[in-house]
Amino acid sequence: MSLQYVGLNDINGSLVVLDHVQNASYDEMVEIELNDGSLRLGRIVQIEGERVVVQVFEGTNGLSLANTKTRLLGHPMELPVSKEILGRVFSGAGRPIDGLGPVYADKNMDINGQPLNPVSRVYPRNYINTGISSIDCLMTLIRGQKLPIFSGSGLPHNQLAVQIVKQAKVAEENGEGFGVVFAAMGVTNDVADYFRRSFEEAGVMQRVVMFLNLSNDPIVERILTPRCALTAAEYLAYEHNMHILVIYTDVTSYCEALREFSSSKGEIPGRKGYPGYLYSDLASLYERAGIIQSAKGSVTQIPILTMPNNDITHPVPDLTGYITEGQITLDSELHSMGIYPPVGVLPSLSRLMKDGIGKGFTREDHSAVSNQLFACYAHVQDVRSLTSVIGEDELSPTDKKYMEFGELFEKHFLNQGFDTNRSIEETLDLGWNLLSVLPKSELDRIDNEVIDQHYDHEKAIESFNIQDEMIIKELQLGT
Amino acid sequence: MSQSEIYSINGPVVTVKNARQFSMLEMVYVGHQRLIGEVISVNKDITTIQVYETTTGLKPGEPVFGTQSPISVTLGPGILRNIFDGIERPLEEIAKDSGAFIPTGSAVDPLDGTKKWDVTVCVKVGDKVQGGDVYATCPETDLIVHKCMIHPYLNGTVVRVVENGAYTIHDTIIEVEDEKGKLHRCTLVQKWPIKSARPVTKRLPISMPLVTGQRVIDTLFPIAKGGTAAIPGGFGTGKTMTQHQLAKWCDADIIVYVGCGERGNEMTQVLEEFRELIDPKSNRPLTDRTVLIANTSNMPVAAREASIYTGVTLAEYYRDMGYHVAIMADSTSRWAEALREISGRLEEMPAEEGFPAYLPSRLSQFYERAGYMKNLNGSEGSVTIIGAVSPQGSDFSEPVTQNTKRFVRCFWALDKALAYARHYFAINWNQSYSEYAPDLERWFNKHVGPHFMAQRQEISAILASETKLMEIVKLMGSDVLPDDQKLTIEVAKVIRVGYLQQNAFHKDDTYVPLEKQSKMMEVILYLNKRCKEVVALNKPIRLILETGIFDKVIKMKYDIPNDQLELFDDYFKEIDTIIANIE
Repeated sequence: MSLQYVGLNDINGSLVVLDHVQNASYDEMVEIELNDGSLRLGRIVQIEGERVVVQVFEGTNGLSLANTKTRLLGHPMELPVSKEILGRVFSGAGRPIDGLGPVYADKNMDINGQPLNPVSRVYPRNYINTGISSIDCLMTLIRGQKLPIFSGSGLPHNQLAVQIVKQAKVAEENGEGFGVVFAAMGVTNDVADYFRRSFEEAGVMQRVVMFLNLSNDPIVERILTPRCALTAAEYLAYEHNMHILVIYTDVTSYCEALREFSSSKGEIPGRKGYPGYLYSDLASLYERAGIIQSAKGSVTQIPILTMPNNDITHPVPDLTGYITEGQITLDSELHSMGIYPPVGVLPSLSRLMKDGIGKGFTREDHSAVSNQLFACYAHVQDVRSLTSVIGEDELSPTDKKYMEFGELFEKHFLNQGFDTNRSIEETLDLGWNLLSVLPKSELDRIDNEVIDQHYDHEKAIESFNIQDEMIIKELQLGT
Repeated sequence: MSQSEIYSINGPVVTVKNARQFSMLEMVYVGHQRLIGEVISVNKDITTIQVYETTTGLKPGEPVFGTQSPISVTLGPGILRNIFDGIERPLEEIAKDSGAFIPTGSAVDPLDGTKKWDVTVCVKVGDKVQGGDVYATCPETDLIVHKCMIHPYLNGTVVRVVENGAYTIHDTIIEVEDEKGKLHRCTLVQKWPIKSARPVTKRLPISMPLVTGQRVIDTLFPIAKGGTAAIPGGFGTGKTMTQHQLAKWCDADIIVYVGCGERGNEMTQVLEEFRELIDPKSNRPLTDRTVLIANTSNMPVAAREASIYTGVTLAEYYRDMGYHVAIMADSTSRWAEALREISGRLEEMPAEEGFPAYLPSRLSQFYERAGYMKNLNGSEGSVTIIGAVSPQGSDFSEPVTQNTKRFVRCFWALDKALAYARHYFAINWNQSYSEYAPDLERWFNKHVGPHFMAQRQEISAILASETKLMEIVKLMGSDVLPDDQKLTIEVAKVIRVGYLQQNAFHKDDTYVPLEKQSKMMEVILYLNKRCKEVVALNKPIRLILETGIFDKVIKMKYDIPNDQLELFDDYFKEIDTIIANIE
C-alpha cells in the first residue's frame, strides 16, 4: 500500500519539490512516473514539515507540474548484488545495460555504506607488484590503499591504469580471487571503450564489473556512480574474500556534478564554487578502501583525476591529496619528452609504502634506495634550474654528474614502456646502478654498510655506456 | 524527560518547531533510533539541532528527547588504552556489538562498568574536602595511577567511606555532605561538559620544555610543557608523521591523540604501532599512557567538531591529577571545515572563504585550554596542544592557518620542497619560529649545559647566512663564491643533512637525547671553527672537502649509538689531525 502523489510544486534544475507528503524519510528513494509510463528515480535531499525536495537522477527534462505520479519507496538507494555481477555492465545508477537482464540479487546493499570502524581495520602491509619501476620502487602500491593518479588532459593516465591492472594480476597467486570494479564518471565513449577492450585483451573481463556514466549521461546520476561501484567492491571483497581493485575516472567530473547539484539547491559555495562539504563527500568515497579483520578480501582504489589547468592546488586534487594515502602525479613535460609512464617523481608519494617494503616484503635495501633516488633527483632539479641560468659548462664536476644521473634516470628508470614488466629485484638493481653513477660521498641517505654491499661505480659506467651504445646501434639499424 | 517532534531535516541539521524547553548546547536524542544531537540555536519558533550521526531514514514527526545537560564526557579509570569516537563512545565495544561498520544510534557506555579496579581510599570520615581533592586512587595502567577527584564545584565533609578493595566505576566510594546538608555520592567517575574548561587555581609561567628527542624541534624551535604549537603543511609534507613521532617520544606522562577527520588507516596504524612500541623510560607499551580519539573523515561531520573538545577535556582531567599531558590534534583544519559545513547548513552569513565569522574565537578558545597550571588540589600539571593544520592548496595565507598563527606560540611550517627531497622533518627553518626559547633558557642552562643556547644561536646564524648565499648561487653558481662563503655553504649542508634531517625508522636516530644533540652541534661547530682557520691561511677549502671529513660528520647521527657519547671525542681528534696535515 503505497501512496502516490500526483503533480509537483516546483521544478528547479534537477530538483523537484512536492508538498503535503506524509511519512517521508531523509535520503529515501522515490520513483517518479511520467504520463508515458517511463520511470525516473530520485532521492529526498531535504524535508521541511510536509514539503519535500527530491533530486531526480535522470534529470527533469519533460517533467511538468501536472504530468507526474510520485511514489516513496521507503528505503535509501540500494544496489542489488550477487556474485553474478562479475563480468556485467551497469549504468551509473546501477541498472544493467548490457542486455543480459536484471541481476538475481543475493542481497540489497545501501550504496552510501557505513563508516568502517578503525578498530576493525587491518593496517595494509602487503605490497602489490605493479611491474612499473617508478611505482614499485618510489611509491609502492599497497593492498587496501587508495592511491589516486593526478593527471592532466592529454596524458596517458588510462594506459597507466590498464597497465597496472594487467601486470598486478600476474603477481597475484594464480589470479584467483582477483577482481576489478571500474566506474566511469563523465568520460567519453572512447575512454570507456578503451578500458573495455583492454580488459578483454588482458583476459580479465570475466572478473570486471563496470559502471558507466558517460559524458552524455545524466549528470546527477554521476553522484551515484562511484557509490554503486564501491558498494559492489565492498560486497565482493568482504563477503566473497576477493581482492578488488577499484578504478574510477574522472573524479573532477564527479566534483563538478556535485557543484552543479549544490548550486541548484541554493547552498553557500566554498572554494571555486564547490560546496563546503566537498571534503566530507570525497572522504565518504575514498575512505571505503581498506582491509577488515573479518574478511580476507581487500578494496584498493585507484581514482583518476585530471587537474584542471595542471594545477595541483585546485580544490579537487588538493582535497583528494589530504584524504588519499599518497598520489601518483603525471608530468606533462616528461610526456612530451616521450617518456612512458611520465610519472612526476617528486610530487608523487605513497604513504603506506614504509610499512610494506623492506625485509620480508620486497628487499632489505628498498627504502634506502628509494629515499636516495628521491633526494638525488630533487637535487637534479636544482642543478637544472641553475644550468638554465649559467649554462652547463660552468657547473661543478659533482653537479655535472648529477645532470648525467638525471638523464639516465629518466631514460632508463622512468621510461620503461607499456609492455615491460619489471620484477622488484630488477627495479632495485637498476636503482643501484643509477646511484652508482654518482660519487659515493653523495649518497648521504644510506648507511655505509649498505652502500659497500651494493655500490659499484665501474659496473654502472660500463652498463650504461654499453646500453647507450646499443641504443645508438639499434637506431642506426632501424634507419 | 521532555519531548518534541522533528519538523525539518537537512543533512546533519534538524529543526523542531514550537519547543521552548530546550537550552543552548543541550544534548538531545533524536528520533526513534535515539541519535545523539546538540542544540545549536534556539528561538521562539524553531530550535535547531545538529546531529552527531548520519540522518538517513529520519522522518519528520519523530520524537526528540531533551536531557537537560550539555554534551558531556564520562571521566574515570579505563580511559587510557582505549579508543573512542568523537563523542566518547568506545570503538572496540561498538565493533564487538555490531561488526566492522559503525551503525547509527549505538548506545554504549564509554567506560567498562564491569571491570573492578583496585581502589585505595585516601580520606576518612570527618575530613573536609573541596573541589579537586583526591579521595581515592587506583592503578589504571602499569604506568599511570588514576586519582579520583571531588567534583570541582563540590565542598563538604566526608560522612562515609568504604574499605580499600576492588570496585567497579559505579560503586559508591565516599559520601560527602555539603554545606546545605545535601548528600553527594562519589563513585569512581564524574561527568564534565566538553565545551567548558575545567577550573584551576592559577596559571603558572612556562618554564619546562617538552623534550621530544627530535633535533630540529628541541634545538631550533623548542616547545614548552603547557605550550601550544601548530604544524601547518600541505598534503604529503609529513604532518601526521611528525605528530606520530612526537606522540611516541615526547616526555609527557599522557598522550591524547585526536584523529579529527583524517584517514582510517592512520588510526589503525597508531593503534597497532603503539601496542608494539615500548616506552624507553618505563619499558611498558606506549598504549599504557595513550588515549585515542578517532573521528575519521567519513564519520559524521558534527562529531568531528566535538572530537577536539572531547580530547582536550580528557587532557584537562589528567592534568588535574598532576600529570603532564600532550594532546595531538590531527587536523584542526578538518575541525574548522566541520564548523564551516554546519554553518553553511544553518545558512549563516559567511566570512572569509566561507568560514563562519566565529572561527577565530573558536580557535582561541581551544588553544587557550593549554597551559601549565596549579590545580585545585595544589598539584601542578600541564596540557600541551600540538595541532596540525592542513592549509587549502598549501597556501599559508588561508584563514585557518592565519588565525591559528595568532593563538599559538610555536609554528613549525612544513615545506613541500623539503618533503619532495625526502628531508624529514620537513620543517622549514626560515618560516618556523618558537617564542618559548627565552622562557626555556634557564632550564636548558641547568639541565643540558650553559653552551646549549649559544650553540643553537650559532647554528641558526649559519643557516640564515646560507639562505642569503643561496640567492647568489642560484644566479651565478657556487664557483664564484670566495672560500669562506663556500665553507658556510658546506657547513650548512652538514647541518641540514647531518643534523636537522632525522630518520624516524633508524633505531638510534628516531629519538636523540638532548646530550647527544648538544654533542653533535659541538662537533659541527668545531669543524666550522677549524675550517675557518684554514681558510684564513688562504688554503683552498677543497683540500678539506677531499678528506671526506664532512661526509663523516654528516653520518655521525647513525654511527654513534645514543648510549656511547664518548665516541664523539674521536671526531674532535680526527678533525684536529686533518687540519694539522693541511696546515
